[in-house]
Amino acid sequence: MTHLPFIVASYALGLLIPGAYGIAAYVRMRGARVRLAAIDPRQHRSAR
Amino acid sequence: MTGVDASSLVSPPPSQRSAGRNLHRFANPGRFLRISGAVLPWLAVSAVALIAVGLIWGLFFAPADWQQGDAVRIIYIHVPAAWLASGGYMALAVCSVLSLVWRHPLADLAAAEISPVGAGFTALCLATGSLWGKPMWGAWWVWDARLTSVLVLFFLYIGHVALVRAFDDPVRGYRAGAILALIGVVNLPIIKFSVDWWNTLHQPATIKFTGAPTMFVGMLWPLMICLLGYTLAFVAIVVARTRAAVMERRIRGLLMARAAEDTAA
Repeated sequence: MTHLPFIVASYALGLLIPGAYGIAAYVRMRGARVRLAAIDPRQHRSAR
Repeated sequence: MTGVDASSLVSPPPSQRSAGRNLHRFANPGRFLRISGAVLPWLAVSAVALIAVGLIWGLFFAPADWQQGDAVRIIYIHVPAAWLASGGYMALAVCSVLSLVWRHPLADLAAAEISPVGAGFTALCLATGSLWGKPMWGAWWVWDARLTSVLVLFFLYIGHVALVRAFDDPVRGYRAGAILALIGVVNLPIIKFSVDWWNTLHQPATIKFTGAPTMFVGMLWPLMICLLGYTLAFVAIVVARTRAAVMERRIRGLLMARAAEDTAA
């Protein structure tokens, strides 16, 4: 492979950028779900 | 909840029920949370599997190009990123229409969540294009019509992100962002046809809707798998962010209602 550094850098970016967005979205969604479950009266009603 | 009617979390206003009734069936945030919660794991798993298969195929098993050598393998990242940069902006424009015309309650939230993801994929497109351009053209960047129009697209995304967050009243931010998004749509055909309208360093399209692809089938298959995988990843990320935004809006509403009760008591 004559252009290996360019290819490796492209693949690294191609995994890192969507991966970072995916992890950030998952963490944000999980945090929101936990906070909502703690204060939403409808959650308590359905839990009973 | 500044500028947002709490009832919009449950159902659209009666005045809007006649217009776009079918659209509003999907505008109910509760229904959206239920459906997206069921679909999201499948989207995410399919995206990861397809991207893994496509990239491994493209990197190790697809043939090198007779002219470009192994550098052509950058195509398996660059083309899906370019497709999603434009496709994401189209989705942003559709959400903007839904927001401005039908006051679709979820469209505002979805638009605000699409633009940062679209900006990320446009940055990925520009970066991989640069990494491909250096060994092929001998330059990291040229002020070519295709490259410049994609850079303008990146600025439009960044502008949308900034504008939506620039107002104290979120509804005004969503409206201003929607108008900017619709004005920016004019850039999409410029991106698409820039390689035909101007004499550019960037190569013309190898995959066309109107004709057979001018690409060896052994390269086309991994490219199609990567395209599908990255598209599913984009959708999964946007859906997850929109779910989070819906829940955060509900949290703000509940906290404000609780604060109002405490003040009254």
